[in-house]
Amino acid sequence: MMRSTETAEANAARARWMGVLARATRDELESAWSTLAERPSYDMLRRPETGLVMVRGRAGGTGNPFNLGEMTVTRCAVRLPDGTTGTSYAAGRDQRKAELAAVFDALMQTGERMRIESGVITPIARRQQTDRDLKSRKAAATKVEFFTMVRGDNPK
Amino acid sequence: MYVAVKGGERAILNSHELIAETRRGDTSVPEVSTRQISEQLGLAVDRVMAEGSIYDRDLAALAVKQAQGDLVEAIFLLRAYRTTLPRLAVSEPVDTAQMLVRRRVSAAYKDIPGGQVLGPTYDYTHRLLDFALAAEEGVGEPEAPVGEAPLDAGMPHVADILDYEGLIEPEIPDEDASEPFDLTREPMSFPADRDQRLQNLARGDEGFVLALGYSTQRGFGGTHPFAGEIRMGEVSVEIVPEELGFAIDIGDVVVSECHMINQFEGSAERPPQFTRGYGLSFGHNERKVMAMALVDRALRAREFGEAAVYPAQDEEFVLYHADNVEAAGFVSHLKLPHYVDFQAELGLIRKLRREFEERQQKDAAE
Amino acid sequence: MTLADLKPGFADAVFEAQAGFRALLDAFAYAGRITTVDLNLDPPAPLDVAMAAVALTLFDFDTPVWLEPAVAAGSVAGWIRFHSGSAIVAAAGEAQFAVVCDAAAMPALTGFSVGEDRYPDRSATLVIQVPSLTDGPVTRWTGPGIDGSIEVAIAGLPDDFWAQWDDNHALYPLGIDVIFACGREVIGLPRGIKVEV
Repeated sequence: MMRSTETAEANAARARWMGVLARATRDELESAWSTLAERPSYDMLRRPETGLVMVRGRAGGTGNPFNLGEMTVTRCAVRLPDGTTGTSYAAGRDQRKAELAAVFDALMQTGERMRIESGVITPIARRQQTDRDLKSRKAAATKVEFFTMVRGDNPK
Repeated sequence: MYVAVKGGERAILNSHELIAETRRGDTSVPEVSTRQISEQLGLAVDRVMAEGSIYDRDLAALAVKQAQGDLVEAIFLLRAYRTTLPRLAVSEPVDTAQMLVRRRVSAAYKDIPGGQVLGPTYDYTHRLLDFALAAEEGVGEPEAPVGEAPLDAGMPHVADILDYEGLIEPEIPDEDASEPFDLTREPMSFPADRDQRLQNLARGDEGFVLALGYSTQRGFGGTHPFAGEIRMGEVSVEIVPEELGFAIDIGDVVVSECHMINQFEGSAERPPQFTRGYGLSFGHNERKVMAMALVDRALRAREFGEAAVYPAQDEEFVLYHADNVEAAGFVSHLKLPHYVDFQAELGLIRKLRREFEERQQKDAAE
Repeated sequence: MTLADLKPGFADAVFEAQAGFRALLDAFAYAGRITTVDLNLDPPAPLDVAMAAVALTLFDFDTPVWLEPAVAAGSVAGWIRFHSGSAIVAAAGEAQFAVVCDAAAMPALTGFSVGEDRYPDRSATLVIQVPSLTDGPVTRWTGPGIDGSIEVAIAGLPDDFWAQWDDNHALYPLGIDVIFACGREVIGLPRGIKVEV
């Protein structure tokens, strides 16, 4: 039981940084990679591959699922010399980005984790959150502020 | 019957050259880039993604450029391209209640939790041609005002407000439901369930779906709809890869969603209540999802024991004709050589005409 | 399974899958004829190169795969899941492909899907790895793709296999198809082929 809770926590943590890497731009990952103090060698377990994900919605937003349409996705899997494997799935068709995301996913499972978290994942996640906030604030500026007037046609 | 016709090869190759030149247009005008199309003709790109049924802005922009702005042709190009890609996963259903909302309005309630958010819409523009956009110096770098705080994270659907009172049919997943129908893997079959209909409408031709939705409001369907809610924004897409066994986000897609609320008088089994029509589409395609929601509700006639007498309620009619790649292909095939067919018809008409004239002469003689 | 000791798939997925597909196309077009799968692979035990090539070429996200229990217990399941994305199913009747490495102990053919009248193509394809394609009891095959008849001597099959095949052949156009694999070689046995012992 203890063990399965630990696995679930580890998976949730990994899912979080994989999500950040999937939404990163190629330039962000490329510059993070080039500024890494020690760039590890790695094998391709699965070369970057582009395919489709069928995206589902729900009838009425909350009912039974249905197939909405597909989106492009690129995935990659790498193996570090110590055997650690990294995986990535990222929307779009950028194969270099998928490769770098897989490498960072692998590094996040090694002793490098703290360094990669603070040097790569956190800044990218912060940039993503800032972008989301800005989009949302621009939408918020178009929010209607209703105000009601007392109409003068009611007999006293 | 089609016959092989030889001799067109040179003409075809030259027509390829001519279309390339025509597409480029006047070479003294700078060539448009796919990035420009993606950024500045975004709604065309959205429509191509929705009906081409692939979410990929760069590919859709390329298709628009290659098709010289013919969106139905661009949709065809995207559909053809998708056949070259393997399917790697199926997503978890997207959660539109968790959308990063960019627009969200309701015509049913004025005060809704989260508010009425107009977002980027042409609804309140004057529809007067804006010659400033045609000016030599361009539009510069317009900047929209930024609100002090972001919108509420997670906005409930307006329909759920009625749900609290039990005045709208509930929309909850059926735990025993089989895997959703997939038009890209199975041929159309009838009677169609709602999953098949929604997939068909989501990739269906906007013009066709719009006209059908319109027809339901003009006496060809007894609907009394309210736009319960329309929203547009980004939702995250989550998959569970076989080799990982847990869910990960692969990115975000922009979707438009519409909930139509329709009056229902009730039947022997069902109390009077509001019923739902639903529309969902890739990209910012508000007209499409509104029309889709109207047609979705019309197609649910059987479910509510309503007589299906109007075109929009006839699922075979709607589903068989909604796809513009199929429709364009079938209409366009008439351009293919039918020389032998036509010779046969010509012979037949000549024979019938001869017989007709003989009869007339005979009648005149009598 | 951990990914750390995962065996590799195709080094060049596009060209190697095309070569594998070409070999299988020939094997089915010329039923009974031995076709060589000219690929270099390092598959997980107990898969031979030919069997592994069939898996990497034909299995994908849309094809549920059934593995015989002994194979399912080893590293093959994870290897197929990773490289093909196929779901591994426990019920033989749900599978579009079945992997059998111990032919003598294989389940009855009737346990697999034979397709439906409207969609005969939705039947299962069995990939059976055998000890030899030439040293078994001689059988005589006739049918589409065979000029007259051809003698085939597949080793290691259950005693009643060909009697079962007769029943399967009689279901045409329904019925399962079989690929026999050994080392780097395959033989195709589509449902339309009649086999005399």
